[in-house]
Amino acid sequence: MTALYTLTDLSKRYTRGKESITIFEQLDMTIDQGDFISIMGPSGSGKTTLLNLLGGIDRPSSGAVDCEGTRVDKLSEGKLAKWRSQHVGFIFQFYNLMPTLSAAQNVELPLLLTNLSGKERKRRVETALDIVGILDRKGHRPAQLSGGQQQRVGIARAIVADPKVLLCDEPTGDLDRNTADEVLETLQLLNRELNKTIVMVTHDPAAAGYASRQLNLDKGRFVETGAA
Amino acid sequence: MFSQTLAVTMINLRSIPQRWALSLATVFSIALVVAVLLGFLAMANGFRATLSSTGSDDVAIMLRGGSQAELNSGLSLDQQRLIEEAPGIARDAEGEAIVSGELYVIVDGIKRSSQTEANLPLRGVGAAAPSLRDNFSIVEGRMFEVGSNELLVGQSVQREFEGFDLGQSIRLGTNEWVVVGTFSTGGSVFESEIWADLGTIQNLYQRGTSIQSIRAQLSSPEAIEELRTYAENEPRLNLDINNEVEYFAEQAGGTSDLIMFLGWPLAIAMAVGALAGAWNTMYSSVDTRMKEIATLRAIGFSGSSAAIGTMVESLLLAALGGLVGALAVYLVFDGISASTLGSGFTQVVFSFAVTSDAVFGGIILALIVGFLGGFVPALRAARVPLLAVHRSS
Repeated sequence: MTALYTLTDLSKRYTRGKESITIFEQLDMTIDQGDFISIMGPSGSGKTTLLNLLGGIDRPSSGAVDCEGTRVDKLSEGKLAKWRSQHVGFIFQFYNLMPTLSAAQNVELPLLLTNLSGKERKRRVETALDIVGILDRKGHRPAQLSGGQQQRVGIARAIVADPKVLLCDEPTGDLDRNTADEVLETLQLLNRELNKTIVMVTHDPAAAGYASRQLNLDKGRFVETGAA
Repeated sequence: MFSQTLAVTMINLRSIPQRWALSLATVFSIALVVAVLLGFLAMANGFRATLSSTGSDDVAIMLRGGSQAELNSGLSLDQQRLIEEAPGIARDAEGEAIVSGELYVIVDGIKRSSQTEANLPLRGVGAAAPSLRDNFSIVEGRMFEVGSNELLVGQSVQREFEGFDLGQSIRLGTNEWVVVGTFSTGGSVFESEIWADLGTIQNLYQRGTSIQSIRAQLSSPEAIEELRTYAENEPRLNLDINNEVEYFAEQAGGTSDLIMFLGWPLAIAMAVGALAGAWNTMYSSVDTRMKEIATLRAIGFSGSSAAIGTMVESLLLAALGGLVGALAVYLVFDGISASTLGSGFTQVVFSFAVTSDAVFGGIILALIVGFLGGFVPALRAARVPLLAVHRSS
């Protein structure tokens, strides 16, 4: 397996008033290409913070985030935005869809940052929606879709630009069990069939069970709890 | 960059219905600013247009030196005789100089619109007076007879004031008059006057043979220099000599400037208020879409596209307000007739004129309000923290 991410001596501290809060200190981690990792842990353990650092939407207090030889933590804001658009797909707990856009328009958003023609963008949007099984809803706005359908649109948006890694923050936290299972099966499919590397933060042990590698983050340290 | 900016802008614009009340308030407040400004501009333009459409460059108007306006002037019949012999004065077929000595007194009229009294100019004129006014025509009735108490009334006076209909008797001061005709001068300021026989006015107002102004037809526009040289070298003449175009431009300037001195500060004061409204609306726009903006930026959209999208929304709301204000003023005010106090302390009747230049100025003011109102919120949009993607709503 090839290492996609290498985290070295990673620390994250926040300052609240005069108080300094350490989220984690000197964390080391390797994520291989094709991994499906779930990260569990108590609230405040730094799961989402870690996801933010992997996705380049936050910066570490110290240490290095390396992704295929690129020091993500050292990139300027502009380069970081470009890097995110090319390498990372985000899937959020509350879907984060644009309420005024249709499903297809939401999925198309990452492609607007490319030089693809309108025709090619349309083709890719339909492919992404087809993969997640929601092509027939492409003209619907988020408010006209169920929670599960909205999350599928969110997944389609995350994969449409063909990033190597999908970062999922509680992707089933707002869904019922059956719908959650369907979404998790879709993620499994993307990992297995399209070789997407997936890092998923969850509170749900059942959801974590879908991952091939399960980590528990507690008191700033990882504990490997299982592997499929 | 263009496609992402366009996408952000479309998302912003489509979300306006979610904030319709604030957006509408912004549009309305900017419309009000533009309406006030355009109202004043239309008034000033209309007043200026009325006076600037008056007069010819080959008609000289002469007042006593330093008097500035007819009301302050005083000239004698002897002085008129000297002017009739002056070089540069045109003559009619019989060889008579085309010169009109005129007397200008103020009478009261009742405005139809407000039923209030206002000053009206009653001008005593001689036979040459009509030929010294461009586009003069009697549109109804006839010319007054010499030595009679008959009035020839300008169309604007008849339209705006009570008691001047054809055939009607009217009391002006202590004297009874009969309206025998209505005249037009193509919309110029003379239509705001009432004319009567010069001799009758001199008698009724006990002015002897004095007059207040002399109008003279010049043989050419350039002949005014000959006339000025003649007057300067004639010790019995102490005159300010201008052609009518110069005279009315000077007369228009004071009042229209006064209107603008009132209009711009008021519009700017209101614009500051509208600016606060626009600012509030755009802040609200950014705040309610904080998570959306953060999500777009997490996907890879630039901060500048978020800023431009916010600015475009602000400018579009402002432009819409500007257009609504301009349209409202155009529909309500353009072409309506009004009167105000001219430099001769008498009413000048004019029409509001909403010109394309004024509309352009109004829209520019609206866009300035939109730009200033959107600037800080746009910066805020560009700096939305990416961690806002995790907000629950």
